[in-house]
Amino acid sequence: MFTSTEEENRRLLRARDALDRDFAQPLDVPAVAALAYMSPAHFIRRFSRLFGEPPHRYLQRRRIERACAMLRDTRVTVTEVCFAVGFNSLGTFSRTFTAIIGRSPSQYRQDAVPQPVPGCFTRAWSRPSSFG
Amino acid sequence: MFTGISIHSVYVHDQQQALDFYVGTLGFEVSADVDMGFMRWLTVAVPAQPDRQILLEVPAAPMMPEATAATLRELVTQGAMGVAAILTTDDCRATYAALRAKGVEFIEEPTEQPYGIDCALRDPFGNHIRITQPMAMTEVTQDDLDRWAAARPQ
Repeated sequence: MFTSTEEENRRLLRARDALDRDFAQPLDVPAVAALAYMSPAHFIRRFSRLFGEPPHRYLQRRRIERACAMLRDTRVTVTEVCFAVGFNSLGTFSRTFTAIIGRSPSQYRQDAVPQPVPGCFTRAWSRPSSFG
Repeated sequence: MFTGISIHSVYVHDQQQALDFYVGTLGFEVSADVDMGFMRWLTVAVPAQPDRQILLEVPAAPMMPEATAATLRELVTQGAMGVAAILTTDDCRATYAALRAKGVEFIEEPTEQPYGIDCALRDPFGNHIRITQPMAMTEVTQDDLDRWAAARPQ
C-alpha cells in the first residue's frame, strides 16, 4: 500500500504524534526513535528532514504551546503549569518560555484573551515558530 | 442560497482498507459504493447523519499527474493534510475506550477543553480525525474582564 518513503513518513509521524501526546513525560529519544523503528541518531536526522526541526525542539515548542493554553484558559499557577507541561524546574521553564515567546509566563497570562475555537487549531497555529 | 454540506473528500491510499477502517472499526456506514470501472465512488457516513458523507478517494492519475498524486499520498503520511473530520459524540471518554480497545491509533487522549471534551486519532494512512463531546463554553467572568482591562496598554 505504501511506498518506502510513505512508510517511513508514517513511522516518523507516529513518533511525532507520541511527542504531541506524551509531551508532559520526560523525553526519551531512544523510546521515541523505537516507535519509528530507527536508531536514535538516524531518527533525529530523518525527523529533522521531514518536519523541519529536531524532535527535542519540536517537543519544547509543544510544551510551551500547551503552557500558553493553560495560562490563557485556566486559573492554575505558573508553577503548576511548569510541571504540568513536562518541565521539572521553574527556572528552565521560565527561561525556555521567555526565549520562545519573548515574554515571561506571568506577562503572557496578563495579556491573554481566551480563544473560542477548537483547541487543535489554536494549538497548530499558535505554536511558537522559533526560539527567538 | 446553499442548503448544507453533503460530501467532502478525504484522500486515502487504499479504498478497501479505508472501508475496513471507517466502517469496520469506526462504525460509519457505506452510503454508496459504485465501481464505475475507471474509478470507485465510495462514500461513508455516520449512521445518525446519513446525508453528511465523506468521499474516500485515492489521489491518482488520470485525475491528476502521477507526480502530483504521489506528492499528495506522501503528504497524507506526513500528517500534513489537515483535519479529515471532527466527529461529535455524546460521550467522548466511552468512545475513546471502545475504539482504543479495537487498536485505533490515538494521538490525543480525551482532554477537557473550553468547548468540551475531545480526543484525536489517525486513520491508517495518516489522516487526522477528532472526536468532540461539545459542552457550553466557559463563561468569561468579571475577574477576567478586570484583569484584561488592567493589562491593556494606556
